[in-house]
Amino acid sequence: MAEKMEHSALTEAVYYILLSLYKPMHGYGIMQNIKELSNGRVSLGAGTMYGAINTLLEKGWIHPVAVTEEKSRKKEYQITEVGKEIIKLELLRLNELIKNGDDIAGG
Amino acid sequence: MKHVIRKIFVDFEKEEKFLNEMSATGLSLTKYSFNKYVFEDAPKGEYIYRIELLEHPVEHLESQEYIQFMEEMGAELVTSYHRWVYFRKKAADGEFTIYSDNDSKLRHYKRIMLLFWFVIGLNMFIGLLNLFLGNLISSAGRPPINSYLSIVSFSLVGLLLLFLVIPLRKKIDRLENEKKIRE
Repeated sequence: MAEKMEHSALTEAVYYILLSLYKPMHGYGIMQNIKELSNGRVSLGAGTMYGAINTLLEKGWIHPVAVTEEKSRKKEYQITEVGKEIIKLELLRLNELIKNGDDIAGG
Repeated sequence: MKHVIRKIFVDFEKEEKFLNEMSATGLSLTKYSFNKYVFEDAPKGEYIYRIELLEHPVEHLESQEYIQFMEEMGAELVTSYHRWVYFRKKAADGEFTIYSDNDSKLRHYKRIMLLFWFVIGLNMFIGLLNLFLGNLISSAGRPPINSYLSIVSFSLVGLLLLFLVIPLRKKIDRLENEKKIRE
């Protein structure tokens, strides 16, 4: 069951959070980054992001990064190897969706 | 200058709308306690307000961590009432939403629903207790004041069901339905 779950679709929030965290980033940075990546289409709610980050931490798909600057108390996160594997699987799935969509409905 | 408005909302989203309309006219909320809203003058439309029911009381460690996260996101905790928190963010800093997908919206609605049922359960319990006491007193030949009190409690249960639970149930059903086909 657990294995099957790992192959099902990621939410848009989770997908974009994981992508953002290929570089270490804090919450506000993630939100800005996602907005940029999606050309302003995706505006992630702060509460939605908080819940997603906590779930991703629990699953070990991201990890907290030790903050070096003394002044900054903001927590930073980064994707783990497991997280990267998940993204690869998701990319396979998305590519399949796009290929089939293009073949059937695309111009 | 301070402006006090007394008002009761049963729908937090309507309450949010009210606060944002007030903000648009240049009155920003600074304090809330039961049915009492205190506003102060601010530039028109300076803030966007959002209301949320937390899982834990405000002083709880997990709530504090969450509030700190919200502050990092540029939001400010304006006031709180039990587990209800009132955030605001400068409109100039862009839009402000707390829950942006169906899943997290639903979880929030369900948290509110649980609170409603708790309040209803409490009223039911008090009503039954008074009903029992009323019967006891009337069999002792005295006027059954408690029986009348129980009627108040039971009426309240009915009103709460009608005005709190049913509207929220509709919102939850609509989202559940939407969730079947959309994120």
